[in-house]
Amino acid sequence: MSRIVGIDLGTTNSLIAFMDKEGPHVIPGPDGQNKVPSIVGLTDNGMIVGEPAKAHLIRDPSHTIYSVKRFMGKGLADVKDDLKYFPYQLHEKNGVIRIEIGDKTFSPPQVSAMILKELKRRAEEYLKEDISKAVVTVPAYFNDSQRQATKDAGMIAGLEILRIINEPTAASLAYGLQKKTQGLIAIYDLGGGTFDISILKLKDGIFEVLATNGDTHLGGDDFDQLLVDVMVDDIFQTQGLKVGENPDLMQTIRLEAERVKIRLSDETQTRAVIELPNSTYEKVWTRESMETLTMGLVERTLAPCRLALKDAGLTASQIDEVVLVGGNTRMPLVWRKVEELFGKKPHSELNPDEVVALGAAVQADILGGHTTDLLLLDVTPLSLGIETMGGVMSALIRRNTTIPTSAKEMFTTYVDGQTSVDIHILQGERELVKDNRSLARFQLKLPPLPAGVPRVEVNFLIDANGILQVTARDIRTGEAQSVQVKPSHGLTDDEVEGMVRDSFQFATEDIKARQIIEARNEANAIIVATEKALGRAANLIHEKETESIRQILRQLGEVKDGDDHRAIRAKIAEVEKTTHHLAEVLMDATLKEALESKKLSDVIK
Amino acid sequence: MEHQYPTTIKARELPMARSMCWHCQSEVTGEYLCGQCVKVQPLSKDLDYFACFQLPRLLNIDEQQLEQTFYELSRTFHPDFYSTKDESEKAISLGNSAFLNAGYRTLKDPIQRAEYLIRLEAGAVKDIRSNPPADLFEEVLELQEDLEIFRQLVPKGASPELEALREKLQGERERLEKRQAEMEESLKGQFKQWDQVQSRTPLPGDAREEKNSILRAMQEILSNRTYVRNMVNDLLETTG
Ligand SMILES: Nc1ncnc2c1ncn2[C@@H]1O[C@H](COP(=O)(O)OP(=O)(O)O)[C@@H](O)[C@H]1O
Ligand SMILES: [Mg+2]
Repeated sequence: MSRIVGIDLGTTNSLIAFMDKEGPHVIPGPDGQNKVPSIVGLTDNGMIVGEPAKAHLIRDPSHTIYSVKRFMGKGLADVKDDLKYFPYQLHEKNGVIRIEIGDKTFSPPQVSAMILKELKRRAEEYLKEDISKAVVTVPAYFNDSQRQATKDAGMIAGLEILRIINEPTAASLAYGLQKKTQGLIAIYDLGGGTFDISILKLKDGIFEVLATNGDTHLGGDDFDQLLVDVMVDDIFQTQGLKVGENPDLMQTIRLEAERVKIRLSDETQTRAVIELPNSTYEKVWTRESMETLTMGLVERTLAPCRLALKDAGLTASQIDEVVLVGGNTRMPLVWRKVEELFGKKPHSELNPDEVVALGAAVQADILGGHTTDLLLLDVTPLSLGIETMGGVMSALIRRNTTIPTSAKEMFTTYVDGQTSVDIHILQGERELVKDNRSLARFQLKLPPLPAGVPRVEVNFLIDANGILQVTARDIRTGEAQSVQVKPSHGLTDDEVEGMVRDSFQFATEDIKARQIIEARNEANAIIVATEKALGRAANLIHEKETESIRQILRQLGEVKDGDDHRAIRAKIAEVEKTTHHLAEVLMDATLKEALESKKLSDVIK
Repeated sequence: MEHQYPTTIKARELPMARSMCWHCQSEVTGEYLCGQCVKVQPLSKDLDYFACFQLPRLLNIDEQQLEQTFYELSRTFHPDFYSTKDESEKAISLGNSAFLNAGYRTLKDPIQRAEYLIRLEAGAVKDIRSNPPADLFEEVLELQEDLEIFRQLVPKGASPELEALREKLQGERERLEKRQAEMEESLKGQFKQWDQVQSRTPLPGDAREEKNSILRAMQEILSNRTYVRNMVNDLLETTG
């Protein structure tokens, strides 16, 4: 059996992890970083992903996609309030958002697939084997369409997603495994774009989710935005500058706002500095002023917490441990509010950035059949139902039901000779159809018989991924009937197939972009290292040699910003040749110094 | 790695869909994994939740045992343990798990447990009434009217009229909540009676009449309770 990896496909950051005999580990990139920013950039030479795309975000925001997870499984109407925050053009086709950058159009699963591919490549390089299977995490409060879109992303990336698991539940697996905790725990997960709360019971290796709740539209980005709004207004008041008309500047302010927020987690005061076209804008932020500004957002997370507790039939004081997950929980204000609600100090011994990916790796190990003593029993976050007369939703499966779960419903006809019934599937907690999420529609075929005689039983099954499967059976004949479910906000099978084909085509283009980035990174590293070496060797080599090294470094500096990775590589080779003597001199000096100051045994050790 | 949790899968027996293994055709007499080829077997379509959890058809149940059996059976049937198996085994694991989960949810909650038991025994109880008695119906109708007036007053802003109505409705709600509690108390009494009859040995002529009258009484309380509870929820939602 090939190895199964665990992936945290986050709004802001994504990580990939695996499990071995010692436990779960996050796989670092070549740069030693565990997190891959969930950002994709379109350059003239193809797509770039992660840290390089983040740099691209400031240079060329309209060709850089971030927070794509906010668009997964959604139509344009779902995100109309957010449009102003995004520098790229969005439109809709077949109920699915499409993102336009440059002359290309992508669906959100295609963009997520690029991030998945980058993670896959990391893992393959690190583990030196092909990776084709994964467990991927999603916010617990993701609906069916959002989960399905995540599965599509896997398909497009050439990854079989064996299981989709909920982020807080994954966190509980990693946490429970490490701490050997038993009892009732609450996982509070506030990331960049989403908020989840899950209440679990841990007993003898069983992780039973009792209830989950959340807000898929609330995260660190919203905190940043409040700071941005204040500063944008400030800039207009004091300088008369309309930042809204300058997307590059808007991005700069957004990134500075995030840095201010992050600094204020450790410091009580900090200064935002923003270069404007003709001046510099500065603003002092205190932790207090930021907390006053963002208090409302933190309070918005408390209502879902109370609802989850109520659904679990528990009071806050019955919870044994509270665990914080997600980067934004580093805010002291979040700590205080969570502690206030549950009446106990939250835990965060595990790195809140990594615990979800680690848990995904544990789940991957369970599916692979290696870990056999742990079992996750998760729930569906939202009630599932169908439309009935008068635009009312009739619930078939209640929220917080343990999955897999199924509900059967019998359908018949109202008119003689009627041959079909239209069925509209919904998800949500509200009474009226229009207030709930439309998942899909299908037409049930019935034999032409007198009214009320046909009897077709439809089975709505939510599998262990939280994804709906619909089957139907004619009760009179006992025969199974195929149902063609048309998702309201999802890609069709044909579309996904087309995107899988496209992704192979893009892949060749993207290789070029990656080669440039890699060469550029190497050039940067060499420039820094050589400058340092020159400093140390100031008295050891001839001035002429120093000058020729400086010259070749300057040339490398010029070439590295170009688009020709071969030229960069060639220049790097030249630098290496030119600095050969310098390296030798330094090595000798170091060795001599070592020998003089220490005993030989120390040096060799 | 070293794990601290024991993996105990006791050989329990449950009614299965077929007497022969779907895969190797060898005889299966109730084991949920075939003795020959160790493939998982589908649960019988006629299996009821009490039998599935190996509990007698009583209304006061051992919740510890229910949970323990649930965990144990989950360790046998959950799809996580079948992700590398073939499609047939995956489908059986999915079906069995879905049944198990529904059963656990139903039996864990005393009200759902009672409703389920009544449905199981319904063949025997023909004349179960599910409409509320006239007096309760009248009361609820009147409350609905008041609620409607309240809803119309709210957008017009605070007024002595609105406050008076709010107070009245809150009073009504407290009264109904008390009533709901009383109903739940009398349900408990019925549960006890049912369990007594069920546990009597030997059952005199299976005590059908006696049982039916308890079931009927329970059904009546249950549907009245649903009525009252819905009303309480409505009141809570509208008047806060
Ligand atoms: N020290 C910090 N203090 C406050 N917020 C932080 C800190 N570090 C990261 N964040 C915020 O956490 C969010 C990202 O969290 P993460 O868990 O990586 O998100 P996601 O799961 O959405 O990818 C961002 O909004 C970021 O600004
Ligand atoms: Mg996250």
